[in-house]
Amino acid sequence: MTTEMKKVFSRPESLKDVQTHFCPGCQHGTTHRLVAEAMDHFGIKDQTIGVASVGCSVFLYGYFDIDVIEAPHGRAPAVATGAKRVHPNRPVFTYQGDGDLAAIGTSEIIHAANRGEHLTVIFVNNTTYGMTGGQMAPTTMPGQTTSTTPYGRDVTKAGYPIKMAELLSGLEGVAYSARVAVDTPKHVLQAAKVIRRAFQTQLDGKGFAFVEVLAACPTNWGMSPLQANERVGNEMIPYFPLGEYKG
Amino acid sequence: MTKRLFVKGNEAVAMGALEAGCRYYFGYPITPQSDIPEYISRELPKLGGEFIQAESEIASINMLLGASACGARAMTSSSSPGISLKQEGVSYMAGSECPGLIVNICRSGPGLGGIDASQADYFQATKGGGHGGYHIIVLAPASVQEMYDLTMLAFDLSDRYRVPAMILADAVIGQMKEALQPHPYTAPADLEPKNWALIGEGRAGEQKIVKSLYLGDGELEAHNNKLHAKYAVMQEKEVRYETVALADAQLIVTAYGSTARIAKTAVRLAREEGMKVGLLRPISLFPFPKAAYRQATQQGQRILCFELNNGQMVDDVRLAVPGIEVDFYGRPPGAGSLPTPEEFLAQIRSRYEA
Repeated sequence: MTTEMKKVFSRPESLKDVQTHFCPGCQHGTTHRLVAEAMDHFGIKDQTIGVASVGCSVFLYGYFDIDVIEAPHGRAPAVATGAKRVHPNRPVFTYQGDGDLAAIGTSEIIHAANRGEHLTVIFVNNTTYGMTGGQMAPTTMPGQTTSTTPYGRDVTKAGYPIKMAELLSGLEGVAYSARVAVDTPKHVLQAAKVIRRAFQTQLDGKGFAFVEVLAACPTNWGMSPLQANERVGNEMIPYFPLGEYKG
Repeated sequence: MTKRLFVKGNEAVAMGALEAGCRYYFGYPITPQSDIPEYISRELPKLGGEFIQAESEIASINMLLGASACGARAMTSSSSPGISLKQEGVSYMAGSECPGLIVNICRSGPGLGGIDASQADYFQATKGGGHGGYHIIVLAPASVQEMYDLTMLAFDLSDRYRVPAMILADAVIGQMKEALQPHPYTAPADLEPKNWALIGEGRAGEQKIVKSLYLGDGELEAHNNKLHAKYAVMQEKEVRYETVALADAQLIVTAYGSTARIAKTAVRLAREEGMKVGLLRPISLFPFPKAAYRQATQQGQRILCFELNNGQMVDDVRLAVPGIEVDFYGRPPGAGSLPTPEEFLAQIRSRYEA
């Protein structure tokens, strides 16, 4: 008697079969996979333009099997705007970290959102600058120690973590805004659904769609992957509540 | 033949761009170039194009990068302080070999400076402007007609070499009205399709990537050498300049853009006084017409350089003709005043007799 083996799980077609440069426990990998699954779901791999930002996610073109433009730091929403106006029928998404989107690129994200550009924005919030070695990000938590807040983030001098999903949901041009996490299987499944919805919003021509993904950065947090993953649930989610804020 | 029009230099740039097939404009208002976005915002929608008044100069240049990466003819325009803000994006465009047109209708600086005509952005335009050691194509119109013609040429050169191009004019050329003879644009027959760009509704074949990051061993060095090899080819093939009465000239006057107009009158006045004076007017500032200067000074003739600044192009002239005496007379921008032909003539006279 022979048993036929059935393949029940595989790499999304939109992802290349390569090793990533991400650190152990980094959740860019999970987030990349969810974005790839969404593109597979809609069958848009060969139509989609990705816009890479500056930071750990700069190598978008190395992992996604799609056309990619590499944007200057913070400017991905402006670059994506130019691309989308030229190819209005092609899905265009940006993939940006917290320093890129919520500090140096604040102007570009707010105005692209306010114009209601038909873009999908994936925003990875890990409360630190990963690639430059763990400096304070605009989303760094109050009291959090980083390489430029050695005594902890003092909100009286360095301000407060920016809550981008809430902030953008107040803009007329935004059709969809949500925050997810990828720390538990349940949250991963929710995140997959939300990211699909953010692409659906663009494909339906409804306007700007934004997904904030809370993610762990064990290396720069000085934690093990397990500790870092637990911090997402224990510290980040209470401050950055998950949910759909608009749409 | 279409009728001649009486228009501003800024309008001529806009008309030339649309005639050359530019369908995407991204910009931000600033004096003295706002006629360009105003004209284009009115006319581009009629042609099915896209006009965006961006939130900043920085966003404009990055929208241009995105449109260019997708294979479109696209442009931005601004004036000096705005061009400074764009330099990050220009460097990325140069690094990722994105063509595109940047128009600088110069005003005076530094800082907020003033709104009168200036040529003080010559260094910024011709030496790269942003970080990283690159060049862009720089063309300097001296009339409304050239604003139209050179805009078309700038798109062609930019596409041909995959190097961003700049129209470097000033408040005088941008704001003055002259007769313009519009003419249909014809793309050069040998202009290659943009197979490198992100084109079309479905990807056929391999992944297209537009980027400027090169981390692999030796990759960036090779990339820089490739860029500079293109600049060397442009230096051979794309130099443009005008000469007036150079054949028997004992003194060579040189100037570009608006200043060249005044210099041309001064040279004519000098000729009327019997002085053997000629004019060499660079039209391409990068690539710079080095060989033309060498040719014009074969008998050791002196050069007198006029600029609306404290001396910038004169450095390139001196580098082009080592051993030749190169004098400079310039007026920094200010108080809305321009040098008169008589003022230049006095300079010519004193040098000619020396």
